[in-house]
Amino acid sequence: MKLTRRQTLGLAGGAAALAVSGLQFTAAHAASDASTKRMMDFTGGKEPAKGKITLTAPEIAENGNTVPITVDVESAMSGDDLVESVMILADGNPNPAVATFNFTELSGKASATTRMRLAKTQDVIAIAKMKDGSVFSDIKQVKVTIGGCGG
Amino acid sequence: MAKPRVKVPKSAKAGEVITIKTLISHKMESGVRKDKQGNIIPRKIINKFTCEFNGAPVFSCDIDPAISANPFFEFNAKVNESGTFMFKWVDDDGSEYTAEKKIEVS
Repeated sequence: MKLTRRQTLGLAGGAAALAVSGLQFTAAHAASDASTKRMMDFTGGKEPAKGKITLTAPEIAENGNTVPITVDVESAMSGDDLVESVMILADGNPNPAVATFNFTELSGKASATTRMRLAKTQDVIAIAKMKDGSVFSDIKQVKVTIGGCGG
Repeated sequence: MAKPRVKVPKSAKAGEVITIKTLISHKMESGVRKDKQGNIIPRKIINKFTCEFNGAPVFSCDIDPAISANPFFEFNAKVNESGTFMFKWVDDDGSEYTAEKKIEVS
């Protein structure tokens, strides 16, 4: 597709507007309002940075009723280098809330695995909140063939 | 009847970070499903899971309806001494389910 200069400028303007309006994780789209609100409540208004946290989720979920996910945050988990909590959001579910993992020094590692329900193909977002107040996030798109809301 | 199952190593070295797996049988009724008449089936889920070691908090999870039926959690614990892990699951209706596992740490 060949873009005219006018179209290219239009695209650039649009992308810039998106970046300001919603939390922009990918070039394609911003997170939903419901997810953004939960995220901002969790982070105290801070926009998460990339890095430190890795969200592992299958590219294609065979069954939306039980999708395995793992979060892993790089941290010594001692002293001031501590992960307090990790929040998981399902951006395309009727309710984006999934779970919040709370860690302590006794966790040893800021890592957790669980199984979640995905209503349809969507982004899963993981946000880590550190003891020093910094926040990080990772996002993965999961394609769902059989939706998991039992409807 | 929610039944918990927990996997904890029987022994470990002091300072080791072990892996714990937990599972509890529970329907986790999300509150978005409808019955044949079209009425919403009310939400009834396990909304909290906690793990303590010798009385001190290790890991916990605040759970929302998007966690699958028969909630499964795998997480880690750093053990510095022998003792007992206590696991607790709390249902929306206030019921609490618990499990205990001992570990020998040398």
